[in-house]
Amino acid sequence: MTYTPHAPISVSGLSHWFGEGEARKQAIFDVNFEIEKGSLTVLMGPSGSGKTTLLTLMGCLRDVQKGQLSLLGHELHGADETMKIMLRRRLGFIFQAHNLHESLTATQNVLMGLQVHQSGVKATVDAAQQEKAARHMLSLLGLEDRLDYLPAHLSGGQKQRVAIARALVSSPDIVFADEPTAALDKDTGLTVVELLKELGGKRGITTVMVTHDNRILQLADRILTMDEGHLVEEAVPA
Amino acid sequence: MTRFLTWLLGRLPIGWLQLTHNKGRFAAALAGVAFANVLVFVQLGMMGALTGSTLQPYELFEADILISASDAKSLTEGGNVARVHMLQALTVPEVASAAPVYITKVDWRVQEDQIAGLQLVGLPIEAIDFMAPVLRPQFLQLALPDTALVDRKTRGGTEEFFNSLSPETPAIFEMNNRQIKLVGTLQIGAGFSADGNLVMSDQSVLRLSPSRSSGAPDHILLKVQPGASIERAVELLKQVLPTDTLKIRSFAKAAADEQAYQTSEKPVGIIFGFGTIIGVLVGIVIVYQVLSTDVADHLKEYATFKAMGFSQGFFLGIIFEEAMILAVLGFFPGALAATGIYKMLALKSGLPVGLTLARALIVFVGTLAACALSGTIATRRLAHADPADLF
Repeated sequence: MTYTPHAPISVSGLSHWFGEGEARKQAIFDVNFEIEKGSLTVLMGPSGSGKTTLLTLMGCLRDVQKGQLSLLGHELHGADETMKIMLRRRLGFIFQAHNLHESLTATQNVLMGLQVHQSGVKATVDAAQQEKAARHMLSLLGLEDRLDYLPAHLSGGQKQRVAIARALVSSPDIVFADEPTAALDKDTGLTVVELLKELGGKRGITTVMVTHDNRILQLADRILTMDEGHLVEEAVPA
Repeated sequence: MTRFLTWLLGRLPIGWLQLTHNKGRFAAALAGVAFANVLVFVQLGMMGALTGSTLQPYELFEADILISASDAKSLTEGGNVARVHMLQALTVPEVASAAPVYITKVDWRVQEDQIAGLQLVGLPIEAIDFMAPVLRPQFLQLALPDTALVDRKTRGGTEEFFNSLSPETPAIFEMNNRQIKLVGTLQIGAGFSADGNLVMSDQSVLRLSPSRSSGAPDHILLKVQPGASIERAVELLKQVLPTDTLKIRSFAKAAADEQAYQTSEKPVGIIFGFGTIIGVLVGIVIVYQVLSTDVADHLKEYATFKAMGFSQGFFLGIIFEEAMILAVLGFFPGALAATGIYKMLALKSGLPVGLTLARALIVFVGTLAACALSGTIATRRLAHADPADLF
């Protein structure tokens, strides 16, 4: 496979280890792939296959140890923390456990997705505009009547939709989602991913999703299957 | 409040929202900070009472220089000074006048069942210029033998009793087998070593204490010539007086020395000093516990924010925001409680305890600093917020 650093994600000869000395264990073995702009890529594989490690490497949450990993045109191998923080601001994350801030309302949680772009400095963007954007995003996800609810007063599906709104509100270049439907019932899970694909598609967002949910495969543009740290299969759903 | 803080910080006030999310814990945290404030306020109040009451006897006099025995650490502690040194001092051209001061302790049955230990101060009637101007009219009433002015702030005394005193209607009581007439009052205040003060002429004091010699007062007060330098006079006095047996200081320095002695060498001062430090440490520990528990409780959220690209400065901002909120909101109930405690202490002890603006500012700034320090320590826990662990 050709290494194309100008693709949103380009991986070449990527390997990763955990631990030190005799306890050192390889989790990723010489992985190569590219992900196209605006696509929905599903990363599959059994537990311990290395897909989450791969996701955290692509999300600038771990240091690249060996190989090349280009994210949005920037090489991550040897990148410093400042570069990684700047890159993370161009990403969106959706977690299995949604990880909403329990003290913030739905709108405030989504606002955080916008405020990261002014972190550490006095507000440069009109706060009212930001709030309007956050509320609009929540409305697009069908939460217009839950804008000022705290997460404790939202259902699992509603929380996950708030998490999606938080990830998408700043129109990131790439969204990384880790089992976003795991805590949801079947119908809600499918609806959430459909929303993610629809909104992502409209905004040209590249999405990489780790999932075990086979029903989601039909929505994917591409499926990468990992097994014991190796990329064993690349497929395009029929 | 949320809107105000949003405007102030230019971002969502995450610290405020986190703190107020659990109202019970927030109230407990504020109570903890307020408690630490009260501890510090009380200790500083007692320290202030100590220094205040130390200075009160000095306010009886108007003098430029004080000559004491070399071992004198306070007005009441130390040996006597040979009166002949007063005459030697007067040979220095800069010295205008001199007066001996006699200080001793006496007991006075202030009520049927209560004895007050009084600090008795004696000064020659002709040395009236050495009394504080406000006390001079009453001091003239002491020309008659065995008359005295009593401190109307003496512990155990009643307002009614003190109001009844006058040269025409004196109160008479027996002291050292002599009948003493209380012919008026003055206002000084009780301290840690005496319940009040009694002022007499030097002759009355000597009659009351037959073992004492008029040739050995406790201190000698000096006034310098108009326009003369006190420091220069002190230097000249040191040339004519034996400095190995005498301590020659400006009156202001003597008062400052005693203040320092009472607060840093006397056990009570050291105890109050330590009490203040303990109060500050308790405050730091309480705020640290609150902040560090808060960080631990929100590690996942912080890790999420880290994943989203928030920098370390953002997290430090949240923790300092929380520290400052706790400091500010914990200070006011603490100060309010301290005001009440001060009033109670002043009423019960007769000590000059009160909340001054300076002390309130010191405690407030100290609270901010202590909370900031706690916040700094608590930020170490942030290192545990690893966004990679979220997956």
